Amino acid sequence: MVAHAEDVVPPRPALLAFAARWLLTTNHKEIGTLYLWLSFTLFFIAGAMAMVIRLELFQPGIQFAQPLFYNQMLTMHGLLMVFGVVMPGFVGLANWQIPLMIGAPDMALPRLNNFSFWILPFAFTLLISSLFMEGGAPNFGWTFYAPLSTTYGPPSTDFFILGVHMMGISSVLGAINIIVTIFNLRAPGMTLMQMPLFVWTWLITAFLLIMVMPVLAGVVTMMLTDRHFGTSFFSAAGGGDPVMFQHIFWFFGHPEVYILILPGFGIASQIIPTFARKKLFGYNSMVYATVAIAVLSFVVWGHHMFTTGMPLFGELFFMYATMLIAVPTGVKVFNWVATMWRGSMTFETPMLFAIGFVILFTIGGFSGLMLALVPADFQYHDTFFVVAHFHYVLYPGAIFGTMAAVYYWLPKWTGHMYDERLGKLHFWVAVVAVNLTFFPMHFSGLAGMPRRVVDYSLQFADFNMVSSIGAGLLGLTQVLFLYIVIKTIRGGPKASARVWDGAEGLEWTVPSPAPLHTFETPPQFPPVMDRDVDEGTPIRNE
Amino acid sequence: MTETRNSQRKSVILLVSLALGMFGFAYALVPLYEVFCEVTGFNGKTSSRAADPANIPDARLASSDREVTIQFLAHVANGMPWEFRPTEHQLRVRLGEINTTHYYARNRAAQAVTGQAVPSVSPGYAAKYLHKVECFCFTQQHLEAGEEQEMPVRFYLDAELPEEVHTLSLSYTLFKVPDRVPQRVPDRVAVR
Repeated sequence: MVAHAEDVVPPRPALLAFAARWLLTTNHKEIGTLYLWLSFTLFFIAGAMAMVIRLELFQPGIQFAQPLFYNQMLTMHGLLMVFGVVMPGFVGLANWQIPLMIGAPDMALPRLNNFSFWILPFAFTLLISSLFMEGGAPNFGWTFYAPLSTTYGPPSTDFFILGVHMMGISSVLGAINIIVTIFNLRAPGMTLMQMPLFVWTWLITAFLLIMVMPVLAGVVTMMLTDRHFGTSFFSAAGGGDPVMFQHIFWFFGHPEVYILILPGFGIASQIIPTFARKKLFGYNSMVYATVAIAVLSFVVWGHHMFTTGMPLFGELFFMYATMLIAVPTGVKVFNWVATMWRGSMTFETPMLFAIGFVILFTIGGFSGLMLALVPADFQYHDTFFVVAHFHYVLYPGAIFGTMAAVYYWLPKWTGHMYDERLGKLHFWVAVVAVNLTFFPMHFSGLAGMPRRVVDYSLQFADFNMVSSIGAGLLGLTQVLFLYIVIKTIRGGPKASARVWDGAEGLEWTVPSPAPLHTFETPPQFPPVMDRDVDEGTPIRNE
Repeated sequence: MTETRNSQRKSVILLVSLALGMFGFAYALVPLYEVFCEVTGFNGKTSSRAADPANIPDARLASSDREVTIQFLAHVANGMPWEFRPTEHQLRVRLGEINTTHYYARNRAAQAVTGQAVPSVSPGYAAKYLHKVECFCFTQQHLEAGEEQEMPVRFYLDAELPEEVHTLSLSYTLFKVPDRVPQRVPDRVAVR
């Protein structure tokens, strides 16, 4: 958005210069922007796949998608949303915000930062290209259980494996960069326990990434050698065990779901104090709760596998360990509520999304507790109840969190206020659509509708029709969001440096839009906050 | 500045080794999983090694008068063209005594096929009390087209088998070993 100030290279043709700028950039803000646009693009692609799924499920019977194609759609939808939308979205926010929030001039390893981003478009091109291959795209669900993905996987599974390897490398490098930045480049005087919570949650997320993405890489490598090089890790015929696949996968998979939500927790912890105009309630307990969630996430993977014939002791262990996670999560929810308690609250769009996050994520947390109960889980396992559960934690959790963050920091990034009226419209339509889409899934799931099946019994027809209508509406809100973002980039009331009158933190001490290079000399910490703010209405130019 | 650079380098090295270590850990999970199941008998997994009858502590062999029923089951996995069944469906055995039974297999395909039997014991926690002295499941079995054979299982039950167990079942699932898997020399157990 701002041209390089110190561009001393000889002038190049415009297109080449444009390409070179974005391909070669080592600036954390530009790389953050790239990540966010990649995430947004894939959001539309994976969302279109969700539309195919919901269109097919609008009525019982097979109308639009044949079973094989339906399975490809739900597999790619899951893979792209998890690895292509939520993770790069959060990394983009981290790139933009972490250096700004800790007063660092850039990420610690800028070239590595460029490399970790530019792996991703290639990884996802590989993954998406499998749709056009003979035999179709991967069709075994995003969890790619063996032997579906080993013995019975389509030939394109190998492209999927390579794609997963690439995005795994990208995530690990990105996470290393974030940790090194946080440990080494904080403003003088900022101790760990004074860091903004978004930075804290990302620090812990980055550790989770470094510890589990290699395990994912390991499991897909085992799949690859099982498929082509004669090993039998997951084949009982050769002395392996397909259930072991699930153990290793979920050893990665459960920390992964916290990777998808912890930065969202951080975002809510930034936004709620701003608009409640109070300090965050229980900062220390927030940090400890985040650490506790991360540690516990490594010992609960078995709750995905209660029906595999696990011994009673294992079921009890994983059940209690899972329910234990409700304690630190509850601490967080109570802290957010306590922060709002008797605050002078206003309800600008970021705050609306943050409150929606807290309420709807908590509903998802409750259905998670229901799923953690072993005796009940046998009924819920692999039904739409599970689908309802993880969409309630991921859509209002990760996606609302990201959207809240975008509305919150967009004025800082672009220098313009977004259209508050449209933002509020976006929120209210989205919150209705999310509930319309995902709430009925609880009921169809409890009544026994299995997930990942193209057709369903007649008694589920009404619930599915409601879900599909909600999904269509939810799809439309994304177009509105895109419009709002583009409109804000192109113009709008000028934003002041502090933007929100309750905002605290180093990122609000730099002008809006944030210049390409900030904090070249370390800032003063704690910062002196500028009183000159606007409240979503055009006030004056600085 | 150099101080920052050094501490950065140190963090990077530590973090990269953590990532590499976790990649190794994923592979380490495979033997750990095997060991865990074998030690605890979770999953109904029996030991894949032959128990040496010479090593059995006397206390365990000292036959109690307790007798239990052991049932034999056979399953054939998808794509395995063999007929496969136990020759006797159940035995009444005394704890600590070595017993022998046979499974019958016949290759119904027109070409040679190699198979691997995978055992499972139910109830799962009883698996570690079932010791196999000899079993066709320890090695791959190779049958020419139309060939048949009886395959022995010699086993004894530990005298420490929990009181509440009156009946055990020993089940084998026979898998076809894919042709692309390097075949070990069939280590055929001579029948009779």
